[in-house]
Order: sequence, then C-alpha cells, then structure tokens
Amino acid sequence: MSTFTDPLSYEFMRHALVAATLVGGLCGMIGVYVVLRRMSYIGHGMSHAVFGGAVVGYVLGWNFYLVAGGWGFISALLINQVTRRRQIGADAAIGIITTASFAFGVALISRGKHFTRNFDAALFGNLLGISNQDLLLIAATCVVMAVVVFFLYKQLLFITFDPEVAPTYGVPSQWIDVAFALILAATIIVSIKIMGVTLIAASLVIPPVIARLLTNSFAKILALSTLFGALTGFAGIYISYYQNVASGATIVLLAAALFVVAMAISVIRQYLPVASATQERPGRIAVLPQDLDVH
Amino acid sequence: MPAIVSFQNVYAGYERRPAIEDVTLDIEAGQFVGVLGPSGSGKTTLLRTLLGTVPLQRGEITIDGRRVSGPGRTPAGYVPQLQTVDWNFPVTVEEVVLMGRAMSSGLLPWPRKQDRDRMHDILERLGIGEFAKRHIRALSGGQQQRVFLARALMRDSKLLLLDEPTTGVDIATRDEVLHLLGDLNRDGVTIILTTHELNAVAAHLPSIICLNRKIIAYGAPEDVFTPEILGRTYNAPMHVVIHDGMRLVAENPHLAEALRGTGVGGRRHVEHIH
Repeated sequence: MSTFTDPLSYEFMRHALVAATLVGGLCGMIGVYVVLRRMSYIGHGMSHAVFGGAVVGYVLGWNFYLVAGGWGFISALLINQVTRRRQIGADAAIGIITTASFAFGVALISRGKHFTRNFDAALFGNLLGISNQDLLLIAATCVVMAVVVFFLYKQLLFITFDPEVAPTYGVPSQWIDVAFALILAATIIVSIKIMGVTLIAASLVIPPVIARLLTNSFAKILALSTLFGALTGFAGIYISYYQNVASGATIVLLAAALFVVAMAISVIRQYLPVASATQERPGRIAVLPQDLDVH
Repeated sequence: MPAIVSFQNVYAGYERRPAIEDVTLDIEAGQFVGVLGPSGSGKTTLLRTLLGTVPLQRGEITIDGRRVSGPGRTPAGYVPQLQTVDWNFPVTVEEVVLMGRAMSSGLLPWPRKQDRDRMHDILERLGIGEFAKRHIRALSGGQQQRVFLARALMRDSKLLLLDEPTTGVDIATRDEVLHLLGDLNRDGVTIILTTHELNAVAAHLPSIICLNRKIIAYGAPEDVFTPEILGRTYNAPMHVVIHDGMRLVAENPHLAEALRGTGVGGRRHVEHIH
C-alpha cells in the first residue's frame, strides 16, 4: 500500500484525519474573528480554563463534553464580564481566571500518578482515541458554526471591524459578544483532544495570519484561513503518524512552516511592481506581537 | 421648519455626574450645525445620546418626533472619528460601505442587488467609485473620510452625525470634507458635527452650538463668537478679532496682542473678556 493509503487501514487514523481536518478548518474560520478582535490571549486562556473542567470530568467519571462544556461556558461568560470592567486590566483578570482553572486541573492530576499518559494527551494532543461520538460532535459543531458565521456574516464583520460604531447601526453587540464567547468555548472544547490544551491557541492564530499575508479582503481571509486550517490538520495527522510526534505539535509546526512560506511570498511581493493601479499589496498583519505568542 | 432633533432637559453620561446637563435644544431640519467645545465638554456624549449609546439620566430626545430609546434605533448616519479606525483591518472600501446595511439587507452574507446598486451610486456621488475594491488603507485622507461618509449615507437618512470629521487631517482634506458636507446639506441632509477647531471649521458653519456640559449658546457664528460666550465655553479668556467682517478667535491672548501691533490691514476690532 502507498504512503497515502497505508494509515487509512486503521480506524483510529481515519477518525483522526477527519477530526483534525474538521477541527483545523473550524479553528481557521473562528480564528479569523479571534485574531481580528484581538482575542488571541482569551483563546489561549480559555483552552487552559477548559482543562480544569476536563480533569474534573475525568476524575468524576462524567462525560467529558458535558463537564468541559459547562466549565468552558462559565469561563467564557466570566471572561466576557471581566473584559468589560475597567479597573482591572483585562489581560490580568483573564490570566487569573484561566490559570487558576488550569492549576486546579494540574492539582487534581498530580494526586493520581496514573493520569500521566492522559495528561500528556490533553496537553499536546493525541491522534489515538477519537471515538465515533467525538467525530459526531466535531461534525455537528462545525455545521452549527458554519451556519452561524454564514447568517451572521455581516453583523460579525461590522462588530469585529468597528465595535464602537456597529451598535449605532443596530447591530446587537452584547448578544453577539456573548454568542461569540460561546462559539469560542465550543471550538476549543471540540478541538482539545486532537490539538491539546497548550496548542489550540496556535491553530486559532496561525491560519488567519497566513491568510492575512496573502489578501486584503475579509471574505477571502475567512475562506483561505478555513482552508489552511483544514489542510494543516489533514497533513499534520499524516506526519504525526509517520514521525510518531504528538498530533497537536505536528499540526502547529506545519502551520508555522506555511507561515514562513507566506511571509517569504509577502516579502518578495514588496519588491515586485504592482500589477495595476487599483490593487495594492496585502501583508501588513493586523495582529499584535502577542497574538503569535504560543506557549 | 420643523425640528428634526429635539432635546428636552437632557442629562446623560455613564458616571454619577452627567457628562451633559440640562440640555434643551431644537435643531431644525436642513440645518448644518457644529457642536463646539473643549475636550471633556460633552460633544461626543451629545452625539452618542442622539445615537442611543449613552444612557439618559433625565429628559427626552426625539428625532423626527420619535423618542430615542436605545442603540441602533436612531435613524441617522454616523461617521466616527477617523483616528478610531483600524486601518490595518483586512477590509475593502465596498465591504466597509455595505456595513451601512448590515441589519437591513437580509440574512445572506452577500449584498442584495439593490444594496450593491445603492453603494455604487453613493460611491460615484462621492467621487470614489473607482476605489471600491481597494483596501481602506490605500486611500488618501479625504477619500478615507468619504468611505465612512458613504457608509453613513447607506442608511438613506436625512440626518448625518459626524464626530470630529476634520481632526487630524491636513488643510486640503479638511476643506474637501467641509465642501462635501455643504453639498449634502444643500441636498436636504441635516448635518450635526462636533469640532474643537474654532477658526478653521466652526467660523465657517451656518450654526454653532457652544457646549461646556451645558448649552452655552446656539446661533450663527457672528452671534456666538463673542468673548463672553467663548470665555464661558472654554473657561478661559478668549479674544475675538473682527477682520473684514469675519470673526476670528485668538485662543492665545498674547497672539491677539501681537496681531494688534501688526499691519494686517482691513477693518480690525478686538473684543476681550477679563
């Protein structure tokens, strides 16, 4: 059998490939809003917060998605409220909420040494153990998110670009903020098994940044980022299989390599003559340096 | 002319102490009004109460006879300060302009034909039709201001609110923007803008509201540009120079003293407040 079809003979690999492709595309799509809304740090923090819920669910033997989902939902609302308060810096407050939750999970894990293998998987992602139930949930989440982004496209674009002005044009900003916090929480929860807690933020950030380097149009960035996310997810699982490296780490490293290529294209374009007067080069990245800070 | 905007005893702001107090004011349809005042005088709050985004503590505001009851309910086009715009955001001119119909153009993500046609009409009218596909950063200052004006006009409102439209732009752009607003006003659009530029902007507008948390005066520049009114507006001594029938304000008394000693020519008269 060929290099391509060989891994497909294993059920766990078929599951992992579908899951990583869907999760990669989902993170790429939602990541566009995360990056442009300057919420990368929130995404990073929320994945850590969800870890606390995941461990509690594991220890109690309850359904992972129910506990992590509830935990993520509460974290998202807390973060949403905290970021509206002015007397505490939003980043500091988010840091307290999310790292306390993460530390709670670590404390629980450190009491039972037999968790070590699962602990590694939760932190860095593992292509083993994607069940049919996981796949169904990932697929359902992708469909719901695609529908939400499709029908709220105009309102989401307005509020992302101009959060102060959008409400004056009738965009229900408070509802959309809460909805977006939930979207982010759901994205992180369904991504956690394949990507790992510590690497989800990168899969939210890198695909949109690559797309930003290649185009100036929001609609094109959304499409390209989803595509890059799905591609790196798919290819990352193959590399993970052959190189025996954690799936989350492989996907992120592949995305980072694509980023370097896109950056090189962007730099080369700067030195090429512009094709027409009505076009201009994309590539000034609308992200802060900390958006790329992946721990 | 009927009042298009009416403030009745309005107190508004986020803090316990209101940012604007006891504002009672009628602005007639077809007016071109500048809201003038120093930083912190409540100019932006006044606009935002009209837009329904700053809560009223007391009083009532009506637009075209209908009470303003919350954000997004005001039938007005709003142009924010250009300094608040993220110019690196990946968005083209047409994407920005179509935002003006974000809540009224159906559920599908792409624009309806009538919205696209209206957008092209407005862009052509404002002289930026050829830049529809460009990124917003790739335009001049005047063109950028027109993009946000076009977004406001997509609401097809007879009321246009602009927050400091001439701040941070060069002289040519400032004149370009004011001429454009004058054209729109002649077409029947009521315009309310905020400004802190006394001579460059306010002196050229047909009507001025002097604001310092309360309404100090409302009238034509020749009526409100007095040392007494401007002194109360800015909490500082202000000199008014009448030069060839035009009232100019010397914000720095030493400057007025200097002017007095020069041979600027023409009829000159200086009033000042102590």
